[in-house]
Amino acid sequence: MVQFVLPRNSRVKPGKSHKAPAGAKNVKEFHIYRYDPDEKKNPTLDIFEVDLDEIGPMVLDALLKIKDDIDPTLTFRRSCREGICGSCAMCIDGINTLACLKPIADVKGPVKIYPLPHLEVIKDLVCDLDHLYAQYASIEPWMKTKTPMPKQERLQSPEEREKLDGLWECVLCFCCATSCPSYWWNGHRYLGPSILLQAARWVMDTRDEGQGERLDDLEDPFKLYRCHTILNCVKACPRGLNPAKAIADLKVLMMERIL
Amino acid sequence: MSAYQIIEHEYDVVVVGAGGAGLRATFGMAQAGLRTACVTKVFPTRSHTVAAQGGVAAALANMADDSWQWHMYDTVKGADWLGDQDAIEYMCREAIPAVYELEHFGVPFSRTKEGKIYQRPFGGHMRDYGKAPVPRACAAADRTGHAILHTLYQQSLKHDAEFFIEYFAIDLIMDGDTCRGVMVWNLADGTLHRFRAHMVVLATGGYGRSYFSCTSAHTCTGDGNAMVARAGLPLQDMEFVQFHPTGIYTAGCLITEGARGEGGYLTNSEGERFMERYAPTAKDLASRDVVSRAMTIEIREGRGCGPKKDHIDLHLEHLGGDVLHKLLPGITETAKIFSGVDATKEAIPVLPTVHYNMGGIPTNYLGEVLNPTKKDSEAVVPGLMAIGEAACVSVHGANRLGCNSLLDIVVFGRAAAIRTAELVKPGEAHKPLPASADDPAIARFDRLRNANGSRRVSEIRLDMQLAMQKDAAVFRTAESLKAGVKSVTAIADTLKDIKLADRSMIWNSDLAEAMELENLMVCSVTTIVGAEARHESRGAHAREDFSTRDDAEWMKHTLAWCNDKYRVKLDYRPVHTYTLTKDVEYIEPKARVY
Ligand SMILES: Cc1cc2nc3c(=O)[nH]c(=O)nc-3n(C[C@H](O)[C@H](O)[C@H](O)COP(=O)(O)OP(=O)(O)OC[C@H]3O[C@@H](n4cnc5c(N)ncnc54)[C@H](O)[C@@H]3O)c2cc1C
Ligand code: SF4
Ligand code: SF4
Ligand code: FES
Repeated sequence: MVQFVLPRNSRVKPGKSHKAPAGAKNVKEFHIYRYDPDEKKNPTLDIFEVDLDEIGPMVLDALLKIKDDIDPTLTFRRSCREGICGSCAMCIDGINTLACLKPIADVKGPVKIYPLPHLEVIKDLVCDLDHLYAQYASIEPWMKTKTPMPKQERLQSPEEREKLDGLWECVLCFCCATSCPSYWWNGHRYLGPSILLQAARWVMDTRDEGQGERLDDLEDPFKLYRCHTILNCVKACPRGLNPAKAIADLKVLMMERIL
Repeated sequence: MSAYQIIEHEYDVVVVGAGGAGLRATFGMAQAGLRTACVTKVFPTRSHTVAAQGGVAAALANMADDSWQWHMYDTVKGADWLGDQDAIEYMCREAIPAVYELEHFGVPFSRTKEGKIYQRPFGGHMRDYGKAPVPRACAAADRTGHAILHTLYQQSLKHDAEFFIEYFAIDLIMDGDTCRGVMVWNLADGTLHRFRAHMVVLATGGYGRSYFSCTSAHTCTGDGNAMVARAGLPLQDMEFVQFHPTGIYTAGCLITEGARGEGGYLTNSEGERFMERYAPTAKDLASRDVVSRAMTIEIREGRGCGPKKDHIDLHLEHLGGDVLHKLLPGITETAKIFSGVDATKEAIPVLPTVHYNMGGIPTNYLGEVLNPTKKDSEAVVPGLMAIGEAACVSVHGANRLGCNSLLDIVVFGRAAAIRTAELVKPGEAHKPLPASADDPAIARFDRLRNANGSRRVSEIRLDMQLAMQKDAAVFRTAESLKAGVKSVTAIADTLKDIKLADRSMIWNSDLAEAMELENLMVCSVTTIVGAEARHESRGAHAREDFSTRDDAEWMKHTLAWCNDKYRVKLDYRPVHTYTLTKDVEYIEPKARVY
């Protein structure tokens, strides 16, 4: 492996240790990345012992317990607690996933929790997603039409509609993008699996009339063609989607245009 | 106080909230040429609208005869005659173009064989003025909220609105009776911002988190409601809290009513389909309050399921893997993850769970916030609007029908934009603000940030949630409500003792949760005080000691003012007993049978 000089945020030092209350029977350790933007110091790895008998089954349940009862300064994003809002993406046990869908029981030994990799960390498990949001906007993810709209709905057969399955359900959690090596190294220009899956969502929609210009826009050495089919993205997606396939489908359409 | 540096912004309009309601308003305003900012504490597609499952109601008649008049009748009846019929007429009529518009924007609706928008039956939606269930819920599988919210955000990107994401609104800036803007905290860099605007639109969603067990997200904390209360304005009909029949037992996550719309049904421990006894016509598709009460009675009378006899079984297994996979993939997955049940093979354990707030900020059907007085029960607050679950228009009255909320948010989001375009000229100059206009907001922020009492945010919050769960439940009595008013008020008093551990400015989530707790407390006290005072049963407010509806005395909206000590003052205003146009007649109250 090539050695890189990592940003200060990634040199993690040992941190505080919080013991479980006496009498706890089903104790599990959670090792959590902490970074305080006001301290300008290296991040630490704090250890929290949690009694699993007192909480629900998911990693998010443990994080909430820690925040509520042990250390209220612990900071992470969360909202829906059912895997649909995409807020609680983080790296758990080496895999990017949604904390609210990740069973604690799936992790052997201590549960190691880090922010999504290769992003600027703002505080603890919260990282800066602005660049990904900007890339999302850059693909113009809205319906493009020239034909005037009918008074009622446009017709679309169930088969045509089915082409969107596996694309429209994306929750923009970015677990896939932040596990893609190509995106790590070229993320400033390569759109990455999350955004390309979104691009495919519009290209595949039979109601959309912007297919040509959408494909033109991807005709670029970086935006699309940095995907080397490494498939980390597929493994990571907590919603069971397949960004690599979406990317492959886009590449096929590009080829067909040339031929 | 001056220790905080404040960054200034001037806009024609500021929308607070980027759920379905906030987004529809935001790009509507931008379309009308108004300089518009949208401030939101979570990234738009993470708003709670994303969790809506079943569908959006509109009488498209794609799969069976239907009409907006039937939809209106069902909504009035579902609301148990506490809804304002002018607003209900507006919503049900506008529903049809609103859903076509959503399709044109690109919502990936499921389709019928002919290629039209797929519709499924839903609780309380009937044909022919209550005769039999009708498929009226326009659905994108069982992820309709996700489909709609993402599409509305995409439309917003197309238009020229400015988003301030992960910016937390603290309080309104009031100048006498007029709203002039809003004070906001940027989580990412810890700066404070003063947004001045000719119109502030609150679209901050509901307050499910006042309760211990709810289907709502952690971010549903009634912030807008509380901001309005702190501005000295009343909240309306707060005692009406909807319990959804099918929250997953213990986890609280929702199983959509669409599951019953597709043919699912409930049984008790004897395997009996008990809803046939309580609602012979609509059965499992009766209105939510009716089903939740029936389930509670079954459990109470010893016919609950499971070893503890404390829940009800929801059966979908007879629908077959194919139907579940195509039409209900999301809840099949949710059942697996959160109750370990394979819905294609076994029943899902469910329990009535807090789901929706019919009450909120009183508005008219144009979205304008009301400050009713004795002389004028329709008086408007200049510069302030409210839409979505935060608002009480009131189209849902005492009980909301399923799928009428996704409808409400798009119809009234659009209405707010139309009305604002009439009231505000793009680029109008801003009058100077009184020097002290934002002092209260900053004082509140500073007080909480430095709070050094003895009780953590989470401790006070849990006390409040448990008290609300116990005393403002599906069934209510004078005893439980009196005890509840006492205990919730006492818990509110402990806010004086709050203690924060985090004093930072950047992403201080301890502070954000403390502000949210104060907001929830405003909602909780107004809910329970309003409930104690209402001596009748109507919709979701079911009293055992006053078991019938009393139109002579109680067909009126509750108004609740909450002061800074969390003490509540009540008054009432009349329900609108008229429609908007001559096309339909006012629907006279009658007994509500399903
Ligand atoms: C699980 C579930 C399923 C549902 N299914 C259906 C259904 O099938 N059909 C249906 O019609 N209805 C359904 N509902 C109800 C419906 O989803 C909601 O009532 C509706 O989406 C509310 O939308 P909203 O825009 O008012 O608020 P929300 O979507 O809750 O958005 C609130 C917005 O306000 C912002 N905000 C809040 N406070 C602040 C603050 N202090 N500062 C800045 N921003 C703030 C948030 O960031 C967010 O953007 C369901 C509800 C739940 C809980
Ligand atoms: S398949 Fe493509 S997008 Fe997915 S991880 Fe590999 S390089 Fe990245
Ligand atoms: S494709 Fe999957 S992992 Fe990637 S952003 Fe979407 S939901 Fe998340
Ligand atoms: S909290 Fe919404 S995805 Fe985890």
